[in-house]
Amino acid sequence: MRKSPWAAPRPSLRLIHVWRRNLLVWRKLAVPSMLGNLADPLLYMFGLGYGLGRMLEDVGGMSYIAFLAAGVICSSTMMSASFEAMYSAFSRMHVQKTWDAILNAPLTLDDVLFGELVWAASKSFLSGCAVLIVAAVLGLIPSPLALAVIPLIFLTGLAFAGLGLIMTALSPSYDFFMYYFTLCVTPMMLLCGVFFPLSELPVAAQWAAQLLPLTHAVALARPLVSGEVPSAWALHIGVLALYAVVSAYLALALTRRRLLT
Amino acid sequence: MSAPLAVRGLRKSYGANEVVRGVDFSLEPGKCFGLLGPNGAGKTTTLRLCLGLTEPDAGEITLLGHGVPRDARAARRRIGVVPQFDNLDPDFTVRENLRVFGRYFDIADPVLAARTPDLLEFAGLASRADTRIQTLSGGMKRRLTLARALVNDPELLFLDEPTTGLDPQARHVIWERLRNLLKQGKTLLLTTHFMEEAERLCSRVAIMDHGRIIAGGEPQALIAQHVEPHVVEVYGEAAVQWADEYGRSRAERCETTGETVFCYTRNPAPLVADLDARATLRYLHRRANLEDVFLKLTGRDLRD
Repeated sequence: MRKSPWAAPRPSLRLIHVWRRNLLVWRKLAVPSMLGNLADPLLYMFGLGYGLGRMLEDVGGMSYIAFLAAGVICSSTMMSASFEAMYSAFSRMHVQKTWDAILNAPLTLDDVLFGELVWAASKSFLSGCAVLIVAAVLGLIPSPLALAVIPLIFLTGLAFAGLGLIMTALSPSYDFFMYYFTLCVTPMMLLCGVFFPLSELPVAAQWAAQLLPLTHAVALARPLVSGEVPSAWALHIGVLALYAVVSAYLALALTRRRLLT
Repeated sequence: MSAPLAVRGLRKSYGANEVVRGVDFSLEPGKCFGLLGPNGAGKTTTLRLCLGLTEPDAGEITLLGHGVPRDARAARRRIGVVPQFDNLDPDFTVRENLRVFGRYFDIADPVLAARTPDLLEFAGLASRADTRIQTLSGGMKRRLTLARALVNDPELLFLDEPTTGLDPQARHVIWERLRNLLKQGKTLLLTTHFMEEAERLCSRVAIMDHGRIIAGGEPQALIAQHVEPHVVEVYGEAAVQWADEYGRSRAERCETTGETVFCYTRNPAPLVADLDARATLRYLHRRANLEDVFLKLTGRDLRD
């Protein structure tokens, strides 16, 4: 008679209440939060873009700062979603026991987890869009095709929010998240084409990079930002969507196992 | 009127450890039912099972007419919960805590806004409505947690050790609030290990230990059934010697904990007279209470 943690997800629209709760907290700290979200990517863009960019003629057929902008949109989205889905969600689950309180109301853990997932993706959406806007202001965006980056940012956010929530479901303490950052996030920053074209890597590393979600986000964002339709776009979207769906399911099952059994 | 909560044959194991081993009880509408037991007796797990937060291995739970865990979500719409540990939202003010929690029940903001002044009044926090909850004392937080549990105007309240960690003043305020709720016709399910709390509030109690209910009924009836009506407590190093020489032969039953002897008897007069004559031993003569029943049934050994 017992339901397995691996049973199909059954979220309800009540997940909106979880999302709204987090939005209300965010609104109190919106200005410092946005500045914090922007500071990091802008430092990369200006520091590396102008500093390193001066030494480089062009990279991948464009100025280095334009090249970098597309990468930083994606890496900033990844960072923001990962932080929210790990440190912030873990606080609400384990430290503040906010989830326990919510579960006493007519919400289920499925509602809470999917609410957190969509929230983390939404927050990373703001971060990614902020960088996109900065790139537009700097005149790095020649074509309205770049608007297609907006839904891409959200999909990327969902994929990394799901991965982050898997870590949260497994984590005994905040320290655990350092492993994920050191072993997954930092390598993706460096190997997925954010700072330099994938083609500069050894062939084996190029193939390995194809397994990582950030590679596919960058492979879509960079041509779109420079006004071209990405090649093999369906494949890239498919990989990101697969990451989003599978990670959401795993995160839910592991969280159910942690909290309900 | 049917029982707001009825539980039959409830069982739950965590790994090899069976923490709830066949529990049956039911609540009467408008009354307070107390689930008493030492730490680790299975009280909190029983509450979690009744709320549908974890699935039982066996047994049936009917909560406000809904089968749990299947329809737990629907049942929880009409339930309020005061958890053992405060989980108020630290990012919000007092008022926002009530508003955000009300939204979880799909209550529209205007309805919540109309309800909030009464809830703040109930919590005695009307003047603190816009302060962050970090600045509240333990008693204020508990009152707010209680008010939060009322945001959906529930028929039945689950109270998991609602006064643990509070000072006596704060505890008395909570008891007064709970009696008010009973007067309004709400049903309460209370877990506690304060026997005084149970005696003051509960019409019926069940004593739980090692995952089973080992006794149940009205507090006064339980006292009459399980222990002698009078207790003489004798304190100090000489108490044990006194008991061996005199007390044990006069009282129906004597128990020793450290340097305190508890003599249970129907006829306390000879014991009291002897103790008065000696004048060297401190003692207390009182009527037996639920704590005596509890200690008799669950033992005096420490539970960790």
